[in-house]
Amino acid sequence: MLRVNIIGAGLAGLSAAVRLAQMNIASALISVQTSERAQSVLAEGGINAAMNVSGENDTVQEHFEDTMRGGVCLADPGAVRGLTQEAPVIVQELLDLGVPFNMEGDALVQRRFGGQKKTRTTYARSSTGKALMTAMIDAARRYENTEQPLILRYPHHRFQELILENGACKGVWLQDTYTGKWIALAGPVILAFGGPNGLFPGRTTGTTANDAGGLATVFAQGVELANLEFIQYHPTTVQISGKRMLISEAARGEGGRLYVMRGGQKWFFMEEKYPELGNLMPRDVVSREMYTILRDPECQPPILLDLTGLPKKTWQKRLPDLRKEIRHYLNIDPARQPVPVSPGIHFFMGGILVDREHRTNIPNLYAAGECACQYHGANRLGGNSLLGALYGGRVAAQSIAKQDFAVQDLAAQSTVKEVAEVETPDAAAHSSAEAIVKTSADPETLPADSSDFSASAAEELAKILSKGLGIIRDETGIDEALRELDAFGRRLQQSGKRTETEKRRLKLAEAMLLCARERKESRGAHTRADFPARDDENWQKTTAAVFKEGKIHISFREIPVLESPGNTIESNRTIESIRK
Amino acid sequence: MIRIEIKRRAQEDSRPYIQTFQYEPEGPADTVATALTRLNAREPLEDEKGKPADPIRWECSCLQKKCGACAMVINGIPKLACNAPIREYKRVIRLEPLRKFPVVADLIVDRTAMMRNLSQMRIWLSEKAALNEKTVDVGYEGSRCLQCGLCLEVCPNYDPEGKFAGMAAAIPMTRLLAEMAPSERQGAAKIYRSRVFEGCGKSLACRDVCPAGIEIDELLARSNAAAVWNRWIRK
Repeated sequence: MLRVNIIGAGLAGLSAAVRLAQMNIASALISVQTSERAQSVLAEGGINAAMNVSGENDTVQEHFEDTMRGGVCLADPGAVRGLTQEAPVIVQELLDLGVPFNMEGDALVQRRFGGQKKTRTTYARSSTGKALMTAMIDAARRYENTEQPLILRYPHHRFQELILENGACKGVWLQDTYTGKWIALAGPVILAFGGPNGLFPGRTTGTTANDAGGLATVFAQGVELANLEFIQYHPTTVQISGKRMLISEAARGEGGRLYVMRGGQKWFFMEEKYPELGNLMPRDVVSREMYTILRDPECQPPILLDLTGLPKKTWQKRLPDLRKEIRHYLNIDPARQPVPVSPGIHFFMGGILVDREHRTNIPNLYAAGECACQYHGANRLGGNSLLGALYGGRVAAQSIAKQDFAVQDLAAQSTVKEVAEVETPDAAAHSSAEAIVKTSADPETLPADSSDFSASAAEELAKILSKGLGIIRDETGIDEALRELDAFGRRLQQSGKRTETEKRRLKLAEAMLLCARERKESRGAHTRADFPARDDENWQKTTAAVFKEGKIHISFREIPVLESPGNTIESNRTIESIRK
Repeated sequence: MIRIEIKRRAQEDSRPYIQTFQYEPEGPADTVATALTRLNAREPLEDEKGKPADPIRWECSCLQKKCGACAMVINGIPKLACNAPIREYKRVIRLEPLRKFPVVADLIVDRTAMMRNLSQMRIWLSEKAALNEKTVDVGYEGSRCLQCGLCLEVCPNYDPEGKFAGMAAAIPMTRLLAEMAPSERQGAAKIYRSRVFEGCGKSLACRDVCPAGIEIDELLARSNAAAVWNRWIRK
């Protein structure tokens, strides 16, 4: 019986598991903590779908164009075509699952969001991720309780390593964090473990559970990564204890305005510089402007987000949770007082290189959600991450279903089969799925523990990376970061304390810096002071990074062309025009 | 400087002991979660007597009271560690694991029983939801439960072995009762009556500890009206 191993129980993982279950394919849903703790619950603003509920004649084509333009033409247009076409279907399915999106009467309402010319963001106040996750967790629960469970949760298991044989993925090594026991599960694998926030501890809006261990491990194992230089700094974040906290883009979508004091006057810089979209320009543009303004001696920091003009009804119906949150953490009532904000790391556009079917460079290995590089190009639009996670998860699931490979074949060739011993809390349920589980293993042969790194090393690494990968970069800064990284690696080695996991994290960090160094242009979230212009001729390409024979190799790949039937000419023409 | 006393044990069946650490808050916003993070970052970690200590095991994820991971008992009161500012305590902070779940290690408890209740109570929709402006208001509030377990900790009626499933199951149920198609309501109402209504003593202690500030009494009134008195309230 085919069983798919899904690493990560956030939105992308849940989406894959539910889709597989709908096709009668079983999956193991593996996560260190339960779905309720996943970073997806933090998503606030909404989910984009061209459903034309606001009477603005919105179309899928325009959602496609905005996404491509927002990503500065670095995304795979065929993938974005699929994403935007499926979006209205996905939102309808979410409504069927009872996601309590904001409605007026019996009709769905949407809100404005950044980088988009039409109103197309479906939302649940400013807690869309939480509302959506609750419904998806419930949807998955239905399949956890079928007679033959189609979804089997491994709720306190850490992904430790892929099991690779002859270049193909045969399964995964896990560790039960409650008992310390190691187990191996055979079957194809979908990676859905989120973005590598742990490379920047305390400096992102994400969760501490996303410790970057997964990405570092699979990179060391030869999984190809892409576009690592594209890190989204969200314009409106604030510092709270231990992290950056997001102030949703919905605040600006609902009418919030950014300004700074200049010569004793309020300067609404976004509105002045970008009359069309104003405060709702794509995030890379807003953050870059803020970066520049904060260094302008004529301007008086901080930059303020003014929400005092929002109608009472907006606070009551659309953003009551945001108001509560700002009051709680900043002791400011945003309805009466502007909120000081600054950019903070929010999303990683880069990640595991996947094709339109969400396949990686390794057979039987798939990736979806933020850990994958797909849909968002050089800069992600707000409202497209929940969509990308849901859509990516189901595409990966469908891709596996199409594969028609039998797990018996995988197992037959695999050493994983050696021991079939089950020893998990829900042993009966798990064994009934005929999983090939190995619990006892020679400690000598176990892979490195992907959580085995010290907080001080993580902090030092973050300082180095921040130097090279700020909102504005240049070669001098990146080279300095690379030198420091090298020296740090050697210090760790000499101290004799360096773990295998730390070595891997340093490799991933190096790959990130190298991607940023090699892309000698400015595009989206990657702004080079020494190469300020966008250069389509040389750099409208995907940056690929792979670790092979002890070395990191960086190359640039052509972006796949749009070849899907229908709309081809129109869309290619669109891409041409966006390019200009 | 503050003393942080932690009730520790290596694993479920090992003997618990109290270990105390000295901690100097770095800023006024410091929480128990920040303190635990910084203690674990110490190399080496030593208790107040300078004795080497193992890393403190606790669960953490979002740090902004949206995920429920870091639930524990702080000076006798169940709280999320990320929602417990150090400045609100004098001299000593005592941390203990939640008491109504089996301890895994130190401050980590196994909350499987809470999740199992959701399965037993069939917390999912089989038919398409019936949504409108009114039902989504209730559905939204009912979607907000973090599954942290703090409500079960303070509930005088909840017993892990008992039939009453507590608010951690009742709240998700209110979303279903508000949104589900009429054909599904009978079954759900029956489950609600036996697993929630008949066991709840209305102490509402849960409301005071809920880190999400869920309007528990209002949701209960609504679900009771629907599932017990058979009045489907249109707000």
